[in-house]
Amino acid sequence: MSAVLDRDRTLTRAREAAAAVVDPELPMLTLADLGVLRDVTVDDDGAVVAAITPTYSGCPAMAAMRDDLVRELRAAGFADARVRVVLEPAWTTDWITPAGRAALAAAGISPPGPAPQRSGPVLLRLAPVRRAVRCPRCGSDDVTVGSEFGSTACKALYRCRACLEPFEHVKEI
Amino acid sequence: MPDVRTHEPDDHDNAYAGLLVNDTHWAFGTDFEDPLAGVDTTVPDGVDPATLAAYCLMLGDDALVLSQRLAEWCSNAPDLEEDIALSNIALDLLGQARLLLARAAAADGSQVPALPDGSPVPDEDRLAFFRDAPQFRNVRLVEVPGGDFAQTVVRILLFSSWRLALLDRLTRSRDGVLAAVAAKAVKELTYHRDFAGRWFLTLARGTDESRRRLVAGLDALWPLWSELFETHDVERAAARSGIGVDPADVAADVEAVLDQVLAASGVDRPAVAPLAAVQGDGAAQPAHGRKGRDGGHTEALGALLAEMQVVARAHPGGQW
Ligand SMILES: [Zn+2]
Repeated sequence: MSAVLDRDRTLTRAREAAAAVVDPELPMLTLADLGVLRDVTVDDDGAVVAAITPTYSGCPAMAAMRDDLVRELRAAGFADARVRVVLEPAWTTDWITPAGRAALAAAGISPPGPAPQRSGPVLLRLAPVRRAVRCPRCGSDDVTVGSEFGSTACKALYRCRACLEPFEHVKEI
Repeated sequence: MPDVRTHEPDDHDNAYAGLLVNDTHWAFGTDFEDPLAGVDTTVPDGVDPATLAAYCLMLGDDALVLSQRLAEWCSNAPDLEEDIALSNIALDLLGQARLLLARAAAADGSQVPALPDGSPVPDEDRLAFFRDAPQFRNVRLVEVPGGDFAQTVVRILLFSSWRLALLDRLTRSRDGVLAAVAAKAVKELTYHRDFAGRWFLTLARGTDESRRRLVAGLDALWPLWSELFETHDVERAAARSGIGVDPADVAADVEAVLDQVLAASGVDRPAVAPLAAVQGDGAAQPAHGRKGRDGGHTEALGALLAEMQVVARAHPGGQW
């Protein structure tokens, strides 16, 4: 019985250590908030495997995330820590937690709306994307999209017409 | 006796000193990581590993070469927003290429160029940096020189419309890795196609000059369009074994998307003949001559690869 309890405690500790690692490009978000940490397991010998999924195929933050996870798990006492990649199912912004969305907004980044759902072929959108986006600075909904591509793969560039400030929006995928 | 420094150099000696102190967030200096670490890369039952690898190389090379062409725009685009957009698209394609080349290597290692023992270069980088032009399997649309911004918009529209249709079907591949790579890529390509479609419309309805350049770009690339829908033996075999998609099967869907953009823009389909295949170089080749999928390329690919590969080839034992 106590062996089972010990194991549960070890697993909880490993999960907490992995879940606290932050995204290198969005440091206000933990990997758990971002939804890229998919699983943490501990085997009988105490080896930890953390499973992460990439946000975008070319996301350059993946290597840093792996290094950070291994470092934090080692610091938490897990000498044998490894990271494996999960490709399926593909990451979606719907996995960003409510706490993660609040942290984005508090940092001046507009959180994503619901990810697009579809059945059938992907439709071409020749008109600008319409989103219910509010300026994270002043709260105005009088905003305009500057570009669907921002400083990182996951963000679009917006400008607020009320306070005239630019801001970033995490785009839905 | 050599001159020995007896004091610590001050920070002025090293421009990077301030960057590297107590900063654990820099990714460089870390070991190479397998992009498929922990992913089950078992080849599905009844699938020829060489066919799977050759098919992955085709899709991977398409993305790699266009990524390199788009990266040429970095710091050269008409404005900052478009500069960032083109770099983002290039980065997405580079990520797709990395996964596809890694999948090719995991399926059939015999296609991976050999390097001296102990070389730390991972398989996907060996495929990207240590093959010559005749070993590349990309369609020729992605390799021809960039042209102006209008022609770049046309190329992204043509390429992403085609690739989105292909990869959307590839999400049902019997190979789980290909299906997963495709599912992620479809989301990215949707943004690429929308970007190019909107710019196509904007340039067509803009000034006489923007419209003239757009139509010239379409005329310039049109000879390379039909090659995208010609079925190579590898693609046919991949489709038959349920891991790949026959590009001829997506032609009607892709042409419908293109017609939608052309109609909204008031631009006609060009009346320009397809670019001929490479003929008569003495090598064993199909009767129709060699095109991109056979390793028959335009001269431009050699120059592109020379620039892309020079650093990796100069340091085959290098660690980055
Ligand atoms: Zn505002």
